[in-house]
Amino acid sequence: MMDGGKGFEDALTGEQKIRNFNINFGPQHPAAHGVLRLVLELDGEIVERCDPHIGLLHRGTEKLMESRTYLQNLPYFDRLDYVAPMNQEHAWCLAIERLTGVEVPRRASLIRVLYSEIGRILNHLLNVTTQAMDVGALTPPLWGFEEREKLMIFYERACGARLHAAYFRPGGVHQDLPDALLDDIEAWSHSFPKVLDDIDGLLTENRIFKQRNCDIGVVTEEEILQYGFSGVMVRGSGLAWDLRRAQPYECYDEFDFQVPVGKNGDCYDRYLCRMEEMRQSISIIRQAIAKLRDCPGDVLARGKLTPPKRGDMKTSMESLIHHFKLYTEGFHVPAGEVYAAVEAPKGEFGVYLVADGTNKPYRSKIRAPGYLHLQAMDHVARGHQLADVAAIIGTMDVVFGEIDR
Amino acid sequence: MSEALTELGTQLELKRADCVLSWDIAFGELNVDVAPSNLVEFVDFLKSNQSCRFSTLVDITAVDYPERAKRFDVVYHFLSMYQNQRIRLRVSIREDEMVPSIVGVHPSANWFEREVFDMFGILFTGHPDLRRILTDYGFRGYPLRKDFPTTGYTEVRYDEAEKRVVYEPVNLVQEYRQFDFMSPWEGANYILPGDEKKEAK
Repeated sequence: MMDGGKGFEDALTGEQKIRNFNINFGPQHPAAHGVLRLVLELDGEIVERCDPHIGLLHRGTEKLMESRTYLQNLPYFDRLDYVAPMNQEHAWCLAIERLTGVEVPRRASLIRVLYSEIGRILNHLLNVTTQAMDVGALTPPLWGFEEREKLMIFYERACGARLHAAYFRPGGVHQDLPDALLDDIEAWSHSFPKVLDDIDGLLTENRIFKQRNCDIGVVTEEEILQYGFSGVMVRGSGLAWDLRRAQPYECYDEFDFQVPVGKNGDCYDRYLCRMEEMRQSISIIRQAIAKLRDCPGDVLARGKLTPPKRGDMKTSMESLIHHFKLYTEGFHVPAGEVYAAVEAPKGEFGVYLVADGTNKPYRSKIRAPGYLHLQAMDHVARGHQLADVAAIIGTMDVVFGEIDR
Repeated sequence: MSEALTELGTQLELKRADCVLSWDIAFGELNVDVAPSNLVEFVDFLKSNQSCRFSTLVDITAVDYPERAKRFDVVYHFLSMYQNQRIRLRVSIREDEMVPSIVGVHPSANWFEREVFDMFGILFTGHPDLRRILTDYGFRGYPLRKDFPTTGYTEVRYDEAEKRVVYEPVNLVQEYRQFDFMSPWEGANYILPGDEKKEAK
């Protein structure tokens, strides 16, 4: 029986007959953002307990990675958080580069920053607008997805794939960007704030949106530390913690950007943070494009990790052998262990890589921010109404590709 | 950055000589080896001590080394948002040993420990709810152990006759392809096909 009753109950008083009600939320629910199954215990409409069942999208990525070469493992990272694929690849590349001591050329570094920020906007656009849909607004996703479409075309023009990019490679990025693409991204960066203002106008002062989000899912500093939050979940509560600023990787230290923080730590402040982060990303994108125009050059650190130039490969025997060996055997990474983290749009995305000196990782652990955020679901949602569960899942920004791995 | 970590390492060894077995700095990261019995106390110290304040648990995972007597390394990553530092703790255990759970100190360890239990079969004493987390309901075996095959032991399909999903032993149409990249010039010590004729002469 769903209500947990145990048979004959005629002799109970009316009050005793009331029992908590258990319901299944998902795995096929539009507001579950994928394949989340929540077992909710409800007292009337109040959530008493919330037990997320995850793993329905578990593909064994970490096990698979142990039998593939470092380069073959790269595309698995696109499939983790498939909303902002390149940010994940970035962590993997950084881990390998730290172990091998490879210096990335400046142009490649700038391209990485440019595409990481495009990834951030891709993610926030999806998150903000679908969260609005979860609480009742239908128009924002339609507007937001139009812009995401344009960004995916920028992905496609850089690497040939709209989603599973495999563009960031250990030692740089796969190919250089054509000048026309830079021009188009810049033109887009001037038209996009208008769209952002439109979405802003739809949501920020919208009465229903505020009623559904203000004071919902409040997270305090104490809870942030207890539950290991990162990213917007931290900044929404007023802590200015951003890995791009605190522990700069790539060349983020030379970019000028602000870290937006919220005040109340509720769903609404997290929404505001995401909106402002998109504006900051636009500013970083413009700076990166300006720097890229002044910085021609190679986009791969030529060496053991990266393929030779096409021209060399066709004329030099050694380069041909190197090319063949790189794409069959792959490169060897010296033994050691590193943890490389990036500020992915959802929070701290990290890779713990244990190398044993062969061409395959001995063990690689993927640390997904959404895993910890969803873990706190029971704590955050307790005492809220059933309808708020959808709003909280929405602002926690969970994507099951990275949680289930 | 590195000097600060060296200082932190020496500090920890001085203050907690009973907990710290050894420490080193590699690739700009501080690694500390800890005995399992002192783990909870040490983690609590790291969290509350004013010069450490490693208050965020970043990750818990394990690494399997089947050839070692102490087979598993349980690896903890901590972050201090206040000192802007990271630390890695390693606990080596045998297959039959258990690790004390740190859920009491860091509630966020809950799912991480469940995942390590699910993937490696390491038990955490004092964990409130040590269930499997990522694998299927009713799954058997510990997938991330090195002796677990990548293909697994069972496969599922929808049975049209029975109108339900059935579990069957895995049936490989072709051998799982594990390539051997050792070259005779770099330490392969087996006999290549054809070379055995040389011995016969």
